Amino acid sequence: MIDITDIRKSFGDNQVLKGISATFKPGVSTLIIGGSGSGKTTLMKCMVGLHQPDSGMVTYDGRDFTSLSFDERIDIRKEIGMLFQSSALFDSMCVEKNILFPLNMFSDMSKAEKKDRVNFVLERVNLAGKNKLFPAELSGGMKKRVGIARAIAMNPKYLFCDEPNSGLDPKTSILIDELIQEITAENNITTIVVTHDMNSVMGIGEHIIFLHQGQKWWEGSNQQITSTNNKELNEFVFATKLMETLLKK
Amino acid sequence: MLFYHFGKYILLLKSVFKKPEKFSIYQEEIFREMVDIGLGSLGIISIISVFIGAVTTVQTAFQLVSDLIPKSVIGGITRDSTILELSPTICSLVLAGKIGSSIASQIGTMRVTEQIDALEIMGINAPGYLILPKVTAGIIMVPMLVIVSIFLSITGGYLAGTASGAVTAAEFVQGLTTNFNPFTVTIAMVKAVTFAIIITTVSAYQGFYTDGGALEVGQASTKAVVISCIAILAADYIIAQLLL
Ligand SMILES: Nc1ncnc2c1ncn2[C@@H]1O[C@H](COP(=O)(O)OP(=O)(O)OP(=O)(O)O)[C@@H](O)[C@H]1O
Ligand SMILES: [Mg+2]
Repeated sequence: MIDITDIRKSFGDNQVLKGISATFKPGVSTLIIGGSGSGKTTLMKCMVGLHQPDSGMVTYDGRDFTSLSFDERIDIRKEIGMLFQSSALFDSMCVEKNILFPLNMFSDMSKAEKKDRVNFVLERVNLAGKNKLFPAELSGGMKKRVGIARAIAMNPKYLFCDEPNSGLDPKTSILIDELIQEITAENNITTIVVTHDMNSVMGIGEHIIFLHQGQKWWEGSNQQITSTNNKELNEFVFATKLMETLLKK
Repeated sequence: MLFYHFGKYILLLKSVFKKPEKFSIYQEEIFREMVDIGLGSLGIISIISVFIGAVTTVQTAFQLVSDLIPKSVIGGITRDSTILELSPTICSLVLAGKIGSSIASQIGTMRVTEQIDALEIMGINAPGYLILPKVTAGIIMVPMLVIVSIFLSITGGYLAGTASGAVTAAEFVQGLTTNFNPFTVTIAMVKAVTFAIIITTVSAYQGFYTDGGALEVGQASTKAVVISCIAILAADYIIAQLLL
């Protein structure tokens, strides 16, 4: 479980997060939605410590994260897996080396065990046999999936995914959503997914947080999201031509 | 501004020299960087060294018009100026261009594509993992390259001197072997190690704090070369003052 209380963050005069509090439960993927530039990535980076929030607190299962130094954070970081918006695979390493990297650094597994783990996670993201390809040889969707494989290689307790399905076709993006949800449920992971994809919202949106103007504007589930009369949320939800057409019918 | 960057640079160095997470991985990286820096630069260092020696010999011969000075002095002058100044300094300036720009753009690209963030999320000390192997490899390989350069430069001087008839082979060798002060080699090595540290850390600093995109990576790499070169020449002067 992750708790955040009153997170605030500004870049210069640009106040991006204006006091956000929320609770993220294990075994559930919480979706953070909001327009482009609404601060979703910034919030996520504040939570994992890539940005230092100006004020506020982040706790991982009761362990206060914000006040720790870099060295003290390492124990919690080993329990975090993160998929970046840009995948952030290591260019100089092949797929297998990318996934092996955290294992080599931190686990005491034998060579064979590590190899098995790599093959297991690759199979999990439907990329079995692609071990020796380099990031430059992968499509955007494949990179995302390798990113997920690397994020789950260490069996994380907390999984952060920044736009796991941006730039993917609807079918692949549903596969990735389902994959994230399955992994979350199977391993009781506390998962946080940043997205602005309404397909994901309707598909896996058990718990949704809508960010608007640096604040938590709305919180609920995908059951509730279509029936709320929150104006800004409705504008966000029904912004697509597809929705418009469906609504007219 | 200067102090701000210098302070940030010192802080970065502090995290570079933290205890590595896992020594075997660092070792592997060091060997890879040694091949990169050492073998990768051997060709260009060899070519310029031969020319440095050749030019020094021919120009020294040109300046020694007096019949009172024995021609063997040419060998001695070529030897000393090569060891003391030309090999360490010119090699390092060339290496600043070659290794420095590649370190800055490599680390800079990792920064702007969030690869450094990915390392940090995993709980890895990114400055240590990315920079320490490069600094170590530089400290080992640059002095070796300078030694190679010294030998090739003197060989180049010998060839050019004898080919042009400015000095006979016997005179040149006699000049080389008389009045040799081994301390000059110590100075060359001190310079090589210092310059290696300057090139690798300054370029790594420029890359590590790149902010933005591909454009900024290019700028970081240019800055890395310019600042390394200036720092090398300043350090060259300081070492000469202190040790000679
Ligand atoms: N490193 C930074 N320096 C300065 N400003 C930043 C930085 N990172 C983000 N911002 C600003 O913070 C705001 C929110 O950015 P953020 O990346 O969090 O948006 P987002 O909700 O993730 O958008 P998107 O859906 O497009 O990814 C933007 O106005 C952006 O300009
Ligand atoms: Mg974002």
